[in-house]
Amino acid sequence: MLAATDLHLRLGAADVLSGAHLSTRPAQVVGLIGPNGSGKSSLLRCLYGMLRPSRGAVLIDDAAIGSLPQRAVARSIAVVAQDAATDGIEITVGEFVLLGRHVHRGDHQGFTDDDRLIALDALDLVSLTGFADRNLGELSGGERQRAMIARCIAQRSPVVLLDEPTNHLDIRYQHEILALVRRLGLETIVVLHDLNLASRYCDHLALLDGGRIVHQGTPDDVLRSEVLEPVYGIEVRRLADGRHSYLAFGPVG
Amino acid sequence: MTAQLERAPARAPADGGSGWSWSRRPALVALAIGALVSVVVAIGLGPVGVAPLTVIQIIGHHTIGVPGDVTWARTDDAIIWEVRLPRVLLGAIVGASLGVVGTALQALVRNPLAEPYILGVSSGASTGAAAAILFGVGAGLGAHSVSLMAFFGALGALAFVLALARSTGRITPSRMLVAGVAVSYLLSATTSLLILFAESAEGARAVMFWLLGSLANADWSTLPVGYVGMTAGMGLVFWWRRRLDLLALGDETAMASGVDPGRTRLVLVIVVALCVGLAVSLSGGIGFVGLAGPHIARRLVGPIHRHLVPAAAALGALMLVWADVVARMALQPRELPIGVVTGVLGAPVLIALVRKLPHNT
Repeated sequence: MLAATDLHLRLGAADVLSGAHLSTRPAQVVGLIGPNGSGKSSLLRCLYGMLRPSRGAVLIDDAAIGSLPQRAVARSIAVVAQDAATDGIEITVGEFVLLGRHVHRGDHQGFTDDDRLIALDALDLVSLTGFADRNLGELSGGERQRAMIARCIAQRSPVVLLDEPTNHLDIRYQHEILALVRRLGLETIVVLHDLNLASRYCDHLALLDGGRIVHQGTPDDVLRSEVLEPVYGIEVRRLADGRHSYLAFGPVG
Repeated sequence: MTAQLERAPARAPADGGSGWSWSRRPALVALAIGALVSVVVAIGLGPVGVAPLTVIQIIGHHTIGVPGDVTWARTDDAIIWEVRLPRVLLGAIVGASLGVVGTALQALVRNPLAEPYILGVSSGASTGAAAAILFGVGAGLGAHSVSLMAFFGALGALAFVLALARSTGRITPSRMLVAGVAVSYLLSATTSLLILFAESAEGARAVMFWLLGSLANADWSTLPVGYVGMTAGMGLVFWWRRRLDLLALGDETAMASGVDPGRTRLVLVIVVALCVGLAVSLSGGIGFVGLAGPHIARRLVGPIHRHLVPAAAALGALMLVWADVVARMALQPRELPIGVVTGVLGAPVLIALVRKLPHNT
């Protein structure tokens, strides 16, 4: 269980977060949504120790994240970040995914056959079977993103944080990846731009605006025009086709 | 390049292909044997040639007492044991450690142009050495005052770079590079000023020779310090080989995998700087090995540091040992500065390698 209370974060002269509360929910996918610059990625970075909040606390099972060694944090929290320096890198996909096992091994220990099997399983899960020997730098954007998710799965941490995992993915893989994230059944927080994806794959949504969570609840509860319009500054309409409802944006016609 | 499957996974992937962890052992073993053989052969090469077998006998005689009887010329004995062996051993350890710390730095700052001297440490060492050579600063330190002053200069530069790079919190690659380059320029300018003010042509030549590097000052009294220090440094880099793999993938990926990038970078920068300080103190500013060694090693064994670090060590040793052979034989009896040799021979190799890089790098 990962919980952040009253997070404040100042980067330079800007108040990026000003009193954000957020926590994971058992076996649920929590979607973090909000306009550009609302602090979604910064909040996520605070949750795994990449950024130190200037005020407030992040707790993993009631232990402050700052008091834990980073390796212990990573054993609890796996992350798919945005910045991986994978352009032109010559590491193979197999070796890359295997590095997710680092948290379970000492610096001096080699990886075991178990680690290799776990890495292979993770590759299977993201439909990259057979890619183990390919160079990561030669993959397409979507394949690379799936490799990053495989590395995160191989880490086998109970909490998973994903920073816009559907970037670079075509529609099919956007849905496949998020369906996969759901199937993992872990405590998940995912930053999403696409509100329709958020509506479909998240159990709970937190809407961030100006460094503060302004609304939380079920997708039906949060994805209403009276909640979204003041935050995004655009007209929002809700359409339904019987089973699912969809959001449409902008003025009609 | 030969590559072999290392421990096949219990279940083959669905494409029926191999696993993925390719052992680079054959390449590594070849490099290690090459380095060892080079050391023995190189000891015999010079203005006075000595056969490899005699070289082995002389070394055996002095170290383990076998063979007990001296069947070779006394001058050969002196040349091998007193002059060439320490010189080649110094070349091997300096080359190995420049290769290893160059590898570490390229991962730490994620920049293929990073090399050990980019931290400004070697410029600090040069300033210290120039002050000792030209103005007798630190003459009270004894016979090795130049080396000691060089090492103190290196420490001073390191402290300066760390203070600049950390002034706003954690050390990031770009902050470190800028701080290193700035300190480098400042100290190089200081060294030039010292040379100008000394107004001694002979002193200027001595400093110039020192700046370009030479193994000619190797002797048994300083070798153990260099070996202990640089071996320890290389050991730590190898110990943290997987942290380097992760840091090369980005700070966020490293952090998410349990490696604190700030702290790891700080410790490794200090280790790298101490190794460079030692290397430069003992042999001057030998360029290029720390840049080209890791690049060539990466072409041979790939980017995983478990293979890359030992390969860079063996390659660095190989390169420097042979560069020194060229330095003492090319224009004999005059000796070339070894930095000139590594630059002239290394540049074409590096250019050839860069042309073969994947198109998107």
